[in-house]
Amino acid sequence: MSAPLTSLDRPNSYIGRSVPRPNAKRLLAGRGRYISDLKLPRMLHAAFLRSPHAHARIVVIKTGEARALEGVHLVATGADLAEICTPWVGTLDHFKGMTSSPQLPLPLDRVVWAGQAVVAVVAESRAIAEDALELIEVDYEDLPLVVDIDAARQAGGPVINPGTANNVCFRSQLDSGAVDDAFANAAHVVEEELSFGRHTAVTLEPRAIVADYDPSAGMLTVHHATQTPYQFQDLYSRHYGIPEARVRVIATDIGGSFGMKLHVYHEDMAVVGLSILLGRPVKYVADRIESFVSDIHARDHRVRARMALDAKGEILAMDVVDLTAIGAFSTYPRTSVVEGNQVIRLIGGPYRFKNYRATLEVLFQNKVQTSQYRAVGHPIACAVTERLVDMAASKVGLDPFAIRALNVIADDAYPQTSPTGYRFEALSHQVCLKRLHQMMNYDALRAEQADLRKRGVYRGIGIATFIEITNPSPAFYGVGGARISSQDGAILSLTPSGEVRCMISVTEQGQGTEAIISQIVADQLGVAQEHVKVVTGDTEVTPHGGATWACRGAGIGGETALQATRALKRNILEIAALILQEQPSALDIIDGQVVDATTRNQRLPISEIARIAYFRSDTLPPGTQAQLTVSHHFAPQGYPFAFTNGIQGCVLEVDVETGFIKLLMHYVVEDCGRIINPMLVDEQLRGGVVQGLGAALFEECRYGDTGQLMNGSLADYLVPMSVEMPDIEIAHVETPTADTALGAKGVGEAGTAAASACVLNAVNDALAPFGATINSIPITPTIVLKALKRF
Amino acid sequence: MSGFDQALLDEADETVRVRLIVNGRKVACEVAPRETLVDCLRNQLELTGTHAGCEMGACGACLVQLDGRAVHSCLMFAVQADGAEINTIEGLTESGVMADLQAEFHRRNALQCGFCTPGMLINAQELLSQLAQPSREQIRDALSGNYCRCTGYEAIVDAIDAVAKARSGGGGAT
Repeated sequence: MSAPLTSLDRPNSYIGRSVPRPNAKRLLAGRGRYISDLKLPRMLHAAFLRSPHAHARIVVIKTGEARALEGVHLVATGADLAEICTPWVGTLDHFKGMTSSPQLPLPLDRVVWAGQAVVAVVAESRAIAEDALELIEVDYEDLPLVVDIDAARQAGGPVINPGTANNVCFRSQLDSGAVDDAFANAAHVVEEELSFGRHTAVTLEPRAIVADYDPSAGMLTVHHATQTPYQFQDLYSRHYGIPEARVRVIATDIGGSFGMKLHVYHEDMAVVGLSILLGRPVKYVADRIESFVSDIHARDHRVRARMALDAKGEILAMDVVDLTAIGAFSTYPRTSVVEGNQVIRLIGGPYRFKNYRATLEVLFQNKVQTSQYRAVGHPIACAVTERLVDMAASKVGLDPFAIRALNVIADDAYPQTSPTGYRFEALSHQVCLKRLHQMMNYDALRAEQADLRKRGVYRGIGIATFIEITNPSPAFYGVGGARISSQDGAILSLTPSGEVRCMISVTEQGQGTEAIISQIVADQLGVAQEHVKVVTGDTEVTPHGGATWACRGAGIGGETALQATRALKRNILEIAALILQEQPSALDIIDGQVVDATTRNQRLPISEIARIAYFRSDTLPPGTQAQLTVSHHFAPQGYPFAFTNGIQGCVLEVDVETGFIKLLMHYVVEDCGRIINPMLVDEQLRGGVVQGLGAALFEECRYGDTGQLMNGSLADYLVPMSVEMPDIEIAHVETPTADTALGAKGVGEAGTAAASACVLNAVNDALAPFGATINSIPITPTIVLKALKRF
Repeated sequence: MSGFDQALLDEADETVRVRLIVNGRKVACEVAPRETLVDCLRNQLELTGTHAGCEMGACGACLVQLDGRAVHSCLMFAVQADGAEINTIEGLTESGVMADLQAEFHRRNALQCGFCTPGMLINAQELLSQLAQPSREQIRDALSGNYCRCTGYEAIVDAIDAVAKARSGGGGAT
């Protein structure tokens, strides 16, 4: 009971406190307002006829019978929508030489993946629209296919985009120099080719959109299950020629997103066009099978990498080639190249070495697009690096902890610049390594492993160090010409009753944005958290901003809220000072009361200041204009990214008879800078880890030779379920960024970044007695048995 | 005409009157025979707390209580539920029978986007009605038909575990 007082003991201190999310009660009561729940007057429903072919010419589309069906209001083809929608191209200027074909909501003459939407039907119900789909006939003429990476690279093979010489979307090279020399002089070289399957986000709520065009007002309102409403406001405005201020995008509760819901999808763009053509609200909710064939997929890399080391085990150089296949187009507006670009730049990130060379080749194929999904590029970069580090440890004769301790950038050596050009402000690899060693009780685990091996039980222990890109600056998309904001905005008001309303551009998908923003506002203003109402996700109401992507909610959105709150507090204290005949600097606010800054004696409730300012401004001195609403924007400056770091460990058991892997325990040590809500941070990490574990063991979009997705349902595509998942122990190190007053960095992708690398290392550790190695993800039982030469 | 069977479309137009007791109230709906129970609850009765996630019984987002037992409302046609008593998350919230579970989920942030949560709660309630003091393994096993993409499950397991202990410790719950 006599624990020393901490900063959390002062009144209204919410930064650093595990408070529950205020909006979670609604969701628990079944009162979520997801877009899929929305019903508007005169609303119609869209459904799409999809291509059964992965690559084919559209010869003719016969829609007469569908149009005649009772309840059908519109049947639209590519040509109908092309009349009102301008095409888009998924390239960015700073990726020099990048190409991708123009895209339209529905194709004009050619389909490029199996599952691509070809014809839209709008009817009085989804069921009628689907009935009508069955009455449409499309004649196709098959075209030569490109299904895998090797086929995409084959000289003289089929080319997906007419008028281009090959299937290359983008090539890039990094070279810090002297790599060949380093390899020539190395005491040890390890080399591996690793492959990473395609997987997809599988948000529990599929994509959902209701577009509502009112021709009399020239106003388009789109209720859209997305993370980035401002981006879509811009896109709908520009591609449909509607002034930006007459496009409103509303994103209420979102049933999972993970980066998947910030890309332009053909169906979503079509639904906006269908609503414009009809002048009525049109709803489209993807069903699960449609989600599998039309949501972006992710990963799909093959990486050949080698690492040179000196005799002691110090890393000298790395040399990497990453091939990645992205589907038939590059996504818009963020492109499908960002992942590969991050892979080659993140590889080796935690380690101190100078000589690095990497080649990236991004290739088209006849599959649905891949693009940004949680922890873009991180799991690939981490798995490649950490697998090579483990291989090197084994070759040099060092323990996995020891080789990392020898090579990570020292905690006192910052700032640092990586050989790939990333600048690190301050990271904490050494302290994280030590903490993990302790948390895992590593020596005891190794002893237990040795004992169990004697009894034919094969446990593996894997660790993986990582860095994570967070708080991206305009250097991320802005420099490439994309209208994707890296700044955020907040409008903060003291209401007439003395409560606070904060309208902010960062959005909520369940990660707790509204909770942490209300914590920051309450903390900085000096009011109770329940008196702060946070409003997100409506472009008509909230100021323009980047919203939630790439782990920028807390670091950038939080800083925006903090600065806005300090401005409002100044204004409140100025009015208070006039009323109280005091200097503003002599006053403070605690629990909604203006107090003497030194004695903390209560002087006046802020509700009284609001009452006077709003209703009795005649009693204020002449010339006073009370500004109890402030608008504030914040854009990151200083470092281009706030890098975070951490390390994960896992323990698992491989059944060498069946190839099944049982995850026993997972550990995370993470440094995301200033922690605003420890409980929410832990839950972000746990959720992220499980997405990484799914990728490691279960999830893969499997295609047949004809480019058909073979496992496009939740019965066939394995996702992690509770019974397969381990408990996840978490510890924190806090190294705040000095670039902001708040000091927070992101944490949403950290869990996913290293989880699959841990599992890869642990499985290889378990199989070490057999001399078997695994170099692909996901690690299915078949892969394990093949490695053991038992299948 | 194509070979499409016009009779099928005509059948699709037909509706059947279905009578149910939903959340303690008698209701009657005109439903097409092909309409599932989850569609009827969501679209006709506007009880949108029940969610459709996979529409094949794999994800558990659509669980409701039918005659006291948890069932997948996506695997059942609305006509099959004729005469049944159904409780959805809305009714179960109003009656307060799972208020302790909801409070514990809230306290531990055992939800993020919340889309799986109504199904999770209904499954948790079902589990605790069958097994007063399940082990963590039994809880994980019982939840293995409920997909959550956000949480990593651990907080959900913790919440159910805590409620099981509180209910058993309280002595009154069955």
